[in-house]
Amino acid sequence: MNELAVSLPGLKLKNPIMPASGCFGFGHEYSNYYDLSELGAVIMKAATGNARLGNPTPRVAETASGMLNAIGLQNPGVDKIIEYEVPFLANFDTSIIANIAGSTIEEYEMVAAAFNYTEDVHALELNISCPNVKEGGIQFGTDPVMAAKVTERVKRVSKLPVYVKLSPNVADIVEMAKAVEAAGADGLSMINTLTGMQIHLPSKRPLIANKTGGLSGPAIKPIAIRMIYEVKQNVDLPIIGMGGICSAEDVLEFLLAGASAVAVGTANFGNPLVCKEIIDELPDVLSRYGFASVQEAMGKAVFV
Amino acid sequence: MIKKEKLQIIGTKQIAKDTIEMKLENIHISETAVPGQFLHILIEGHTLGRPISIADIDKENHLVTILFKVIGSGTKRLAAYSVGQQINALGPSGNGFPLRQEAKETVLLIGGGIGVPPMYYLGKQLAAQNVNAIAILGFQTAENVFYEDKFKEIAETYIVTDDGSYGNKGLVTDLLDKVGDFDCYYTCGPLPMIQAVTSKLSGKRGYISLEERMGCGVGACLACMIPANNESGYKKICSDGPVFLAEEVTI
Repeated sequence: MNELAVSLPGLKLKNPIMPASGCFGFGHEYSNYYDLSELGAVIMKAATGNARLGNPTPRVAETASGMLNAIGLQNPGVDKIIEYEVPFLANFDTSIIANIAGSTIEEYEMVAAAFNYTEDVHALELNISCPNVKEGGIQFGTDPVMAAKVTERVKRVSKLPVYVKLSPNVADIVEMAKAVEAAGADGLSMINTLTGMQIHLPSKRPLIANKTGGLSGPAIKPIAIRMIYEVKQNVDLPIIGMGGICSAEDVLEFLLAGASAVAVGTANFGNPLVCKEIIDELPDVLSRYGFASVQEAMGKAVFV
Repeated sequence: MIKKEKLQIIGTKQIAKDTIEMKLENIHISETAVPGQFLHILIEGHTLGRPISIADIDKENHLVTILFKVIGSGTKRLAAYSVGQQINALGPSGNGFPLRQEAKETVLLIGGGIGVPPMYYLGKQLAAQNVNAIAILGFQTAENVFYEDKFKEIAETYIVTDDGSYGNKGLVTDLLDKVGDFDCYYTCGPLPMIQAVTSKLSGKRGYISLEERMGCGVGACLACMIPANNESGYKKICSDGPVFLAEEVTI
């Protein structure tokens, strides 16, 4: 058996590495750098019911060991994604996960249901944690009752497994995870970005036009690891881990904490080949730390 | 085609206040880059690449010249790199200026501050096609002025400074109706300057080069968007631009 293979609800991955939603578009640009068939899966840019134009610019700013972004869920709308983007990704031998977002529960349902009509999408990532839009997204991700409600309604209309993407902008991540588990989630995806702000000294204004943005990159990795650890102790769902992953060593750290697969986001910007390089290096890193497979390393951190 | 490349630093020197000229050796970029394209430079210890325009190319010696202004921690770090070191960059990135001009035409090059460098490689290529070029170059003060002599070799050149400490006093737009007739213009510089230029030259064929904070630099992350008059309502500065026809985007 392939030492990197991982099985998750709806997903048979040849390796646990996937680009994170919003950091990879729909793959066109990165397909110039390597064969996307190398990837375990691709998580597409968020889809909403109608096209969204996103926030004013500047939309990104660098921070110490990371960056802020406030793109604002810009996307061409779910119908165009299904018509033009899914067929492109279906050319590759990789799994496709659709990230879905909305302003209302009805919009989430509509977007989720739209993906029932394509055979090429293998799972949904329910985005209840985008910090960068005024309506939709994060209000579902910071209230366990709302999170459970949207999860349950999406589960009801979708034939695909649903991974709920949790926001770290909460006091009790375990409570959120338990709520979506009880509502029928098939898995978790964690963590999304942390809301942050950076002020430009010469102009005395926030560097991001939206004022606040989502912090990502290596700066948030310890938070992701801690949250995955806490959730794994209390919830029995598989976790796609993310937050600042830059190397195969980082991947192993997420596996040890309890993730079953991982997504790589911000690191794609500094190195468009990073996902492929991590996949190539992962077998050596696993064996260096005494593991024969990805499966074997999962949850093996020692906490006593 | 855009590739991840290593470029060897052959020379680096300060040529004006806070302005560094760096000469880099790389075969792929020197052989394929056109005026107006940029390098997305990946600086050690920094998450995001720095988009820096190409100021000149020497194909024979595989040299790429970039000019950048030291503004923040990334450009400060880049300025500290020395000869012999390598830098990582994606490039050549974006779409450059269209070069198809009639030999008898006159073009106007308008550069402001660190928007001047791409005008140089463009002007050089146009001069090689025997296109008649006029250049208006704007800087803050005398100590910021660079490349005046180089421009004089390829274009009838006018220097403008905000405070009049060198050349003409005022803004580049003050000279637009004083330099004689031209068929087409090319401009790169701070956004308020580009806005003023396009509004004053509205109706003329013009190409503008825009900048914006970028994430991926390849068109995937949607950080550097500009509203546009097309079906989707926007264009990506990094991959659809940075050069646009003046009327195709809303600035």
